Amino acid sequence: MLDLINVSYDTQIPNNVGLSQDKKVLKALEKWHPGYINWWNDLIPQNFQQSMVYLRTAVSVDPKGWAKFDYVKMPEYRWGVLLAPQVENRTIPCGEHYGQPAWQEVPGEYRNLLKRLIVIQGDTEPASVEQQRLLALTAPSLYDMRNLFQVNVEEGRHLWAMVYLLHKYFGRDGREEADDLLRRQSGSEEAPRMLGAFNEETPDWLSFFMFTYFTDRDGKMQLESLAQSGFDPLSRTCRFMLTEEAHHMFVGETGVGRTIERTCQVMKENGIDDPFDVDRIRGLGVIDLPLIQKKLNLHYTLSLDLFGQEVSTNAANAFNAGIKGRYMEARITDDHQLQSDTYVVWDLVDGKAVQKEVPALTAINMRLRDDYTKDAAGGVGRWNKIIEKHGIDFELKLPHEAFHRKIGVFANLPFDPEGKVVTGAEYDKGLPEWLPTHADGDYIQSLMKPCYEAGQYARWIAPPKVGIDNKPGDFEYVKLHMA
Amino acid sequence: MTHRIDFQTDPSRYRHWRVEYDGEIANLYMDVDEQGGLFPGYELKLNSYDLGVDIELADVVQRMRFEHPEVKVVVMQSAKDRVFCAGANIRMLGGASHAHKVNFCKFTNETRNTFEAAEADSGQKYIAAVKGACAGGGYELALACNYILLTNDSSSSVALPEVPLLAVLPGTGGLTRVTDKRKVRRDLADVFCSVEEGVKGQRAVDWRLVDEIAPNSKFDEVVQERAREFAAASAKPSNLTGIELTPLDRRFAEDGSLTYSAVEVSIDRAGGRATLTITGPSDPAPASVAELQWQGAQAWILRAARELDDAILHLRLNERQIGTLVFQTQGDPTAVLAHEALLLANRDHWLANEILHYWKRVLKRVDMTSRSLVAIVEHGSCFAGPLAELLWAVDRSYMMLDEFEGDNRPLAAVTLSEGNFGPYPMGNDLTRLQTRFLGAPETVDTLRGHVGKALEAAEAEELGLVTYAYDDIDWEDEVRIFLEERASFSPDAMTGMEANLRFAGPETMETRIFGRLTAWQNWIFQRPNAVGPDGALQRYGTGVRGDYNMERV
Repeated sequence: MLDLINVSYDTQIPNNVGLSQDKKVLKALEKWHPGYINWWNDLIPQNFQQSMVYLRTAVSVDPKGWAKFDYVKMPEYRWGVLLAPQVENRTIPCGEHYGQPAWQEVPGEYRNLLKRLIVIQGDTEPASVEQQRLLALTAPSLYDMRNLFQVNVEEGRHLWAMVYLLHKYFGRDGREEADDLLRRQSGSEEAPRMLGAFNEETPDWLSFFMFTYFTDRDGKMQLESLAQSGFDPLSRTCRFMLTEEAHHMFVGETGVGRTIERTCQVMKENGIDDPFDVDRIRGLGVIDLPLIQKKLNLHYTLSLDLFGQEVSTNAANAFNAGIKGRYMEARITDDHQLQSDTYVVWDLVDGKAVQKEVPALTAINMRLRDDYTKDAAGGVGRWNKIIEKHGIDFELKLPHEAFHRKIGVFANLPFDPEGKVVTGAEYDKGLPEWLPTHADGDYIQSLMKPCYEAGQYARWIAPPKVGIDNKPGDFEYVKLHMA
Repeated sequence: MTHRIDFQTDPSRYRHWRVEYDGEIANLYMDVDEQGGLFPGYELKLNSYDLGVDIELADVVQRMRFEHPEVKVVVMQSAKDRVFCAGANIRMLGGASHAHKVNFCKFTNETRNTFEAAEADSGQKYIAAVKGACAGGGYELALACNYILLTNDSSSSVALPEVPLLAVLPGTGGLTRVTDKRKVRRDLADVFCSVEEGVKGQRAVDWRLVDEIAPNSKFDEVVQERAREFAAASAKPSNLTGIELTPLDRRFAEDGSLTYSAVEVSIDRAGGRATLTITGPSDPAPASVAELQWQGAQAWILRAARELDDAILHLRLNERQIGTLVFQTQGDPTAVLAHEALLLANRDHWLANEILHYWKRVLKRVDMTSRSLVAIVEHGSCFAGPLAELLWAVDRSYMMLDEFEGDNRPLAAVTLSEGNFGPYPMGNDLTRLQTRFLGAPETVDTLRGHVGKALEAAEAEELGLVTYAYDDIDWEDEVRIFLEERASFSPDAMTGMEANLRFAGPETMETRIFGRLTAWQNWIFQRPNAVGPDGALQRYGTGVRGDYNMERV
């Protein structure tokens, strides 16, 4: 009897998909495995590879006890193939095949569309590890370093999840695509990652936190919509990935929150009430709130671009095919086919941002992006609570979606963060107030000094309220190998 | 006329293309202006094109030959990031009338043929440097180049996604060039034409879809290196100086008739016909190629070709109710022959060579025009040399026999030249005379013995050079009745009949593109599976798939 809840370690590759009985896919994955290990080993500096990191490893897909924590060297992490349990009698949740039994095999007519979506999703997973490869060198604490590595190994596992689907369901084409996922490299001139935002280096820890909060949240929304797929193996894969993704959001939200907390504390301790007294605040070695707003503006708008065009044929095709649903599709009360519904999107008329109705089917991206914005607003509210608690008069805000865009109707147009059109001169003048300048980058960089003592934190960030796995404050999350 | 499509443009007016000249190499950048569509209702995203974009490309190619003979290699590339060209704009196609789609495809096909032939005709080799998505019409642009380089960045691919995505064909030569030019094995071609995302990297080379892949980091370098190698290997003389293609002298009258310097187009709307009259040269032929070059675009033999070309294109796109085109000439046949003779005697001179090839293309454009074509050989006409070719391009020809009362013009004659035996082949690679006398090849040899002789009506009819010769008594009625009868037939049946009768003889890639590929495409363009309200082309972009009638016809 196949155990589909607990992870089986009877092959090199931990899994809950009965890999030991699926010789064909096992062989393919075993062939791919060494390339993956090489990719990992070449990525993160060696002394960290040799360090013992307190990581969680999935042992089951049962939400009640899916992970166990222990020290492990990252190259020995048990990456594996884990799918959420199959829901009995699941049906296709949207599109023209609505209500038909979910596909357990790839439908021929959608093979290429599905493969494309899986490859794009798969391409982002290793990309973020590549973008973050040098961050451990400037970790503000062992706690943060551990969180970074946790995020990294889980992104690695998400790559495995996508590669499993490619190997299992897409034959020779799938195996070639899986190889190419290791061939492309973030920022590489030779073979860059597919999406622009995944080719930028993550240069510092505040960027890392912003990235995990904003950009990983885009990833979360994509996974949410793929979790609604009528192709059941993809749905099950993504559902399990989402349980891991929650930790990444947590790292981002608490990372930014702790940075804000520290800034507010230091301002108060030194009797600074004016959040715009930037020179004095920076003189104290913490990150001023206006700069945090600028970083927020940058990462939020870059992440909006990842949702693509407001009106999108590809998204419409994928929804109508039942390949990709909407966020929480099952909770939406409509016909799930959208053949005659409309949805309100932003458009540009006579140089102004206006809202207009378009066929809902073509606005799937926009709807997901709106859900994303709502989701992203939650953490911003909690960050403002921290500022408020310290009695400082400052409020972080998500900028208008017309601001600083490279994709969609607002691309490369001079909108300010309020969504107002400004002149070129006003835009140039406003930019240093709206987005991080090179000087801001220099300042953040100057704070990025490693802090490797257990229980100690860099000056610019507050310690967490609770440790990982409820460990005490001085717990040594990473036993550094300093050969 | 609501909106006249103008085929004349010049670099100062380009919105979609840009050329950087670098000695013997020209870098040609496609940079389509999204807002620059010829009609409202669509945006030219991702370097997609419409007729307006192609009119500019045709102008670029033409000027490259005449204004920049120093160029030996043209590198066609995209000025946009991550996309080479996404092909013909789908929303434009979805919104366009059947007639516009057909004419659009014909013109783009002619443009592709023109730059494809530039290597053989003019010593200008086109290289496609493909970075980013190269799909559908984008790959067809590349296919018509003489060499394709693809970057190996593990995402750039070449693709023909028309069938799976739009339920139409890659109709700008795509299917034909894949098998006939690149000689891709047919089963691999079948795979290639059925997958939306296309083929990338080494496989694209293995399947013969591209000539070479290069590492992404070195791509631009490799492209320029190839360009330099090809330029160095070229047999074309160096340091040639071009002539300027000055704006055409062209006036429109209110009734739609048109006057150029050597061509006149009069329109008879009630009769559904246009008469194109070409006037022979009034000046003696240039004494030397140096004088020809000095005259440049003003030389009669080039001027007349440009004007005829523009007139044909104008009538095709802007005068679709005009079903019959009547060709006439007036002038001195010996002068026409003298102007042509200078070119034939100096075929190794770049400009003489270019003008001869240009006449070849213009005459092919006439062959390809889906209207009833007729030549009227009146007294005082000059159907000689290149103009005589018109007699065998048209569907029928009528010639005045003997003297007409009150007409003191010189008697109508047809005069052959050496030009009628080689330099102006049709798409089937035969001369018009070879095609005409397919069943009696010896006639062509006999005719060669008559070169330079003014062949009057009786003899011309006897030799098979014209359809009918009529004297003063019959002339008016016979011509009138023919034209009236012609105008009464179904235009669809006429187009089909004429296209089938015009191109006898062997198949070439060109005839296969204009015959087989175009005919199938035009059939599909009429079928509900593509263009019906629930067809793939109409539904493109809505997210809902085409609803196909699964009956095989």
